[in-house]
Amino acid sequence: MSRAAEIVFDHVTRRYPGRQVAAVDDLSLVIPAGAFCVLVGPSGGGKTTALKMVNRLVPYDAGDIRIDGRSIRDIPVVELRREIGYVIQQIGLFPHMTIGDNVGTVPKLLGWPKQRIRERSAELLELVGLEAADAARYPAELSGGQRQRVGLARALAADPPLLLMDEPFGALDPITRLRLQTELRRLHREVGKTVIFVTHDIDEAIQMGDRIAILREGGVLAQYDTPDAILAHPADTFVAAFIGEDRALRRLALRRLRDVELQPAATDDRAPRVGLDTTLRNAVSLMLETKSDRLVVEDDEGRVKGVFHLRDAGALL
Amino acid sequence: MSGPGPVIPSFGQGSSCVTGDHLFCWDWVRQHWSDTLGPALVQHLELTFIAVAIGFALAFPLALLAHRFRLLEQPLGVVSALLYTIPSVALFQFLIPFTGLTTTTVEVALVAYTLVMLFPNIVAGLRSAPPDVLEAAHGMGLTSRQVLWSVELPLAVPAIIGGLRIAVVSTVAIATIAAFVLPKGLGYPIFLALKEPTPFKTEIYSAAFLAVALALCCDAVFVVLRRVLVPWARKGLA
Repeated sequence: MSRAAEIVFDHVTRRYPGRQVAAVDDLSLVIPAGAFCVLVGPSGGGKTTALKMVNRLVPYDAGDIRIDGRSIRDIPVVELRREIGYVIQQIGLFPHMTIGDNVGTVPKLLGWPKQRIRERSAELLELVGLEAADAARYPAELSGGQRQRVGLARALAADPPLLLMDEPFGALDPITRLRLQTELRRLHREVGKTVIFVTHDIDEAIQMGDRIAILREGGVLAQYDTPDAILAHPADTFVAAFIGEDRALRRLALRRLRDVELQPAATDDRAPRVGLDTTLRNAVSLMLETKSDRLVVEDDEGRVKGVFHLRDAGALL
Repeated sequence: MSGPGPVIPSFGQGSSCVTGDHLFCWDWVRQHWSDTLGPALVQHLELTFIAVAIGFALAFPLALLAHRFRLLEQPLGVVSALLYTIPSVALFQFLIPFTGLTTTTVEVALVAYTLVMLFPNIVAGLRSAPPDVLEAAHGMGLTSRQVLWSVELPLAVPAIIGGLRIAVVSTVAIATIAAFVLPKGLGYPIFLALKEPTPFKTEIYSAAFLAVALALCCDAVFVVLRRVLVPWARKGLA
């Protein structure tokens, strides 16, 4: 489960017939193997178009897209798609097939033996937080969140080196969304595939991505960088406006106390205590709330690891 | 007690109920089950089954064509609807010079009438696959043929069964007109009874009742068939 592919967009342009403005305009991006790349931007930014060009649901007019150095035009389209996991917002489970058969769709197309497909389905259902027994149920019997878990399992079934996700959590309630976001991050660490993830939600982009590509209207790439670099140095006023005026706080949310250097703590320090996994944003919030200029940081066993000062937070930005 | 009535062959050697042409005579039904009503019922079922089977064999490929080439849908739909508007007796008059007083004549008419119930339903069924399901199917690398056979067609099954159900039930009703051409089906006893100077009620009622019962039974068969073939629609989904 460690195959991952490098994706290169090389001056790709797509114009829909009869439209003046390009959907995607001269897009160049290198997505390293194993990266979690989020395409984000307002509607009309061409992010879904860019995504669908990778599995050729949408053709491109100019430029090229390469997977591990190979142009996707040189790969028969059906073969290409079977090598790419595809997850969409409406999920698109086959209502007439059981969950097990849904998950086993691509392995079946690839001619895997039945026994292996069954085992693989059961394994994936557990990986995405469902039970092997759910394989016998039909999509209509599941909740929206469960269905999207199946959608994810189905996309992972044939162990593709690349996963395309088009606003996969857009239709879910906030609690389910947060849970699935967290699990997708964990899953990404476990299976180590390249992921291209489309969202219009900058918070989701910052939370999920190793890299974020911000597209503006007309399909122009505004900035492509790590979340931290984008928040620290927005390329222009469009990006600055898109990521919001609270970008300093958003940046702090990306880091946890275990990632920063702490000051030695006095043994009798009575400042509020927090765990190592607290984000800097929450730490600052707590200091403002308790009117304290510092926090005592402790590990899971309650051992004091050091002190974090409010001024240290400012210095980290 | 009414006196002996006119001697009519199909009355048989009747009881006073039969000779008096009362509302309904069970003894006549029992007596003529094996020589009149039973065979008529079997023939009726046969006429219906053959008509719907041939109708389906024609409508299904036409629907696949209309699904593939959307331009064909409207003309084919119009033709099937027009066929339905031709009065059956007129259609028989038109066909008899070619096919004579045969089962073929009857079946051509019945088949023509099934098309208007089968064709649009099959097309609608094939079109009923939700766009997101089709996008996912193509995105996963199913070929167009695989999408048709393993996604669109299974999802069309409820609509196809619905079409077959209407076609069978209405063909059971329409098939009584076969008696204009042939001594076959449940229409024939009715036809004979009506030919008498005083129509024999029991014969009409019993044949009509059998036609209704046959339609209801066929309907029930399709309800069961749907439950068996469409397990996924039982819970939640329509």
